[in-house]
Amino acid sequence: MSDLALDRDIDRSKMQVSDEVAIEITNMNKWYGTFHVLRDINLTVNRGERIVIAGPSGSGKSTLIRCINRLEEHQQGKIVVDGTELTSDLKNIDKIRSEVGMCFQHFNLFPHLTILENLTLAPIWVRKTPKKEAIETAMYFLEKVKIPEQADKYPGMLSGGQQQRVAIARSLCMKPRIMLFDEPTSALDPEMIKEVLDTMIELAEEGMTMLCVTHEMGFARQVANRVIFMDQGQIVEQNEPEEFFNNPKSERTKLFLSQILGH
Amino acid sequence: MSDIAFVRTEILPQKAPPVAATGFIGWARENLFSGWFNSILTVLSLAVIFSVLSSILPWVFSPTWNGTSLANCREILTAAGSVGEHGTTGACWGVIRERWLQLMFGFYPSELYWRPILTFVMLFVALGPILFTDFVPSKLIWFSGLFPFIAAWLLWGGSIWNPLVALAGFAIGFGVFRYASTALGALAAIILAALVPILWWVFLAGPVASGLSSVIPLELETVQSRNFGGFMLSITIGVTAIICSLPLGIILALGRQSDLLIVKSLCVGFIEFIRGVPLITLLFVASTLLNIFMPPGTNFDIILRVLIMVTLFAAAYMAEVIRGGLAALPKGQYEGADSLGLDYWQAQRLVIMPQALKISIPGIVSTFIGVFKDTTLVSIIALLDPLGLSNAIRADANWNGIVWELYGFIALLFFVFCFSMSRYSMYLERKLTTDHH
Ligand SMILES: Nc1ncnc2c1ncn2[C@@H]1O[C@H](COP(=O)(O)OP(=O)(O)OP(=O)(O)O)[C@@H](O)[C@H]1O
Ligand SMILES: [Mg+2]
Repeated sequence: MSDLALDRDIDRSKMQVSDEVAIEITNMNKWYGTFHVLRDINLTVNRGERIVIAGPSGSGKSTLIRCINRLEEHQQGKIVVDGTELTSDLKNIDKIRSEVGMCFQHFNLFPHLTILENLTLAPIWVRKTPKKEAIETAMYFLEKVKIPEQADKYPGMLSGGQQQRVAIARSLCMKPRIMLFDEPTSALDPEMIKEVLDTMIELAEEGMTMLCVTHEMGFARQVANRVIFMDQGQIVEQNEPEEFFNNPKSERTKLFLSQILGH
Repeated sequence: MSDIAFVRTEILPQKAPPVAATGFIGWARENLFSGWFNSILTVLSLAVIFSVLSSILPWVFSPTWNGTSLANCREILTAAGSVGEHGTTGACWGVIRERWLQLMFGFYPSELYWRPILTFVMLFVALGPILFTDFVPSKLIWFSGLFPFIAAWLLWGGSIWNPLVALAGFAIGFGVFRYASTALGALAAIILAALVPILWWVFLAGPVASGLSSVIPLELETVQSRNFGGFMLSITIGVTAIICSLPLGIILALGRQSDLLIVKSLCVGFIEFIRGVPLITLLFVASTLLNIFMPPGTNFDIILRVLIMVTLFAAAYMAEVIRGGLAALPKGQYEGADSLGLDYWQAQRLVIMPQALKISIPGIVSTFIGVFKDTTLVSIIALLDPLGLSNAIRADANWNGIVWELYGFIALLFFVFCFSMSRYSMYLERKLTTDHH
């Protein structure tokens, strides 16, 4: 829960929000059994947006972004991703999943495959990319996250930060148009948090549409163009980062910020 | 500057680890005599081992290889002076010399022994590309696929068209699947791919095979199932059940986790039923009851019936072992696969199963070993496996009263097989470790 200062200048030339809608969620509701976990969510994400979702534990942040690639099923309302509506149609779901990348708190790399095999698996089997081309792409993204020398190791031999960067590279190999992050740095030591955030910033600089659940408020301040605050399954407040942090409107937001920023 | 302040100015170079005390004496001091308690235990154990061996070894190394009957063995032993307080002491190995071929092949015609031997050798060639993927060229996997058909033909003989026509059933199934999966979708394709070959085997395969063999007669002398016996029978049943139960177990385990209620209840029902019934009961069903349900005149081979029962039995246990492996996988692995857009079968095949099976290796191999040893139960339905034969041999007037030698020999052979499986599984587990090296 740090307010990590990012010691680099961010190149904002390609960080442009277009008018094109990437994700549209309307009146979405979800229950776990009888527990109403997401209540009446309305959210439109345009292409190129970098959204940070914050909120106390149990407020439904993970559930919300997991609904976007149908790791969780919503029961009411409508979610449209890249023009495709999420229904129980498996074809649509697989199509959306292959175009929306996701990074998890615990990386979820495949421990029985080498780093390179982790990266080429989905391109080869889902995209039907020829193996040689898939390996080239994988190496390109491994260079990008700065660990090409680990290609032939297994995930279990890498540090947490390296594993998370591999996980990001694995998603990128599918050439996604949207990236979802669910607390990508929460399981990492401070030293490693920075290397993962760096990778995420580079992604933002290239104009990727990103939804990040994170407690890294420094990242939110400098990279996000919108911060969403959730509590008890609802979107309580959203604003530009400057306004959100300096001038929160709702009491719950104020309370949350005072706790998380420690003043 | 205070006393506790310290700054290292140079980094220590790496040193080689200390050399452990080497040689036998160093080893023994470290492992056997590291303290007075440990030393006493060592001495005691040595005494026990010595007393056991000193009574067993003279019995094992008895000069009775040429004995022709139990009485003859006793004479040889008396002449050699191996007489203890309860009569002669020493094994009577004559029985093994006289009957070992029978213990190996049962009543398989002796001029055709080359067929099971060749099959056995080919079994190892066929297992090579599956068991030792690192050393054996993977092209050989084709041979592994064809081996069951070659083996069946060599063992039972008959027209070569029978195995070929049976093989054609699989080819037909595959063709149907390829065609139907593009035309009708996955589920319909799977159902059709199962149904069409079954229809082929039941209705068309027989006439086609006999038609073909009347055109091109190419056949080996037929050997009836009731002539099968000995270790050949145990290995035939054991290996077939082991090889078939693994894929069947995987399917059952996946079915048990399925969201489709019918599939799930069928699998649960099957597994629980089979596990709740003793194997002997199933074997009795195979040997007697099944005939009642068959249309009169059908000849449903007894070994085939037993094979099916033992396979089903093993598959039910296998399914539960694999389910344990599936349950041990973190949910994140499913989510990782899903989030990349892998479909259900891809996720299972590429991500879930390789890991679940790896976790389950000890359980799977235990089940294999259990199945192999359970094949001795077929002696109860009058199939002449080594145990069944041993009863017949002991009923022979010459060998009446012989026990240890026969059972010891049989036990040794079973042990060799089961121990190899267990060793192989340890090798495999080591090979598949992907954590820190
Ligand atoms: N599979 C599930 N079944 C039932 N309840 C669940 C399930 N998953 C989550 N919940 C509940 O739903 C609520 C929201 O969970 P969610 O994981 O979305 O919270 P979160 O905002 O991501 O919290 P955190 O910051 O701790 O990750 C929590 O109260 C949680 O207990
Ligand atoms: Mg969460």
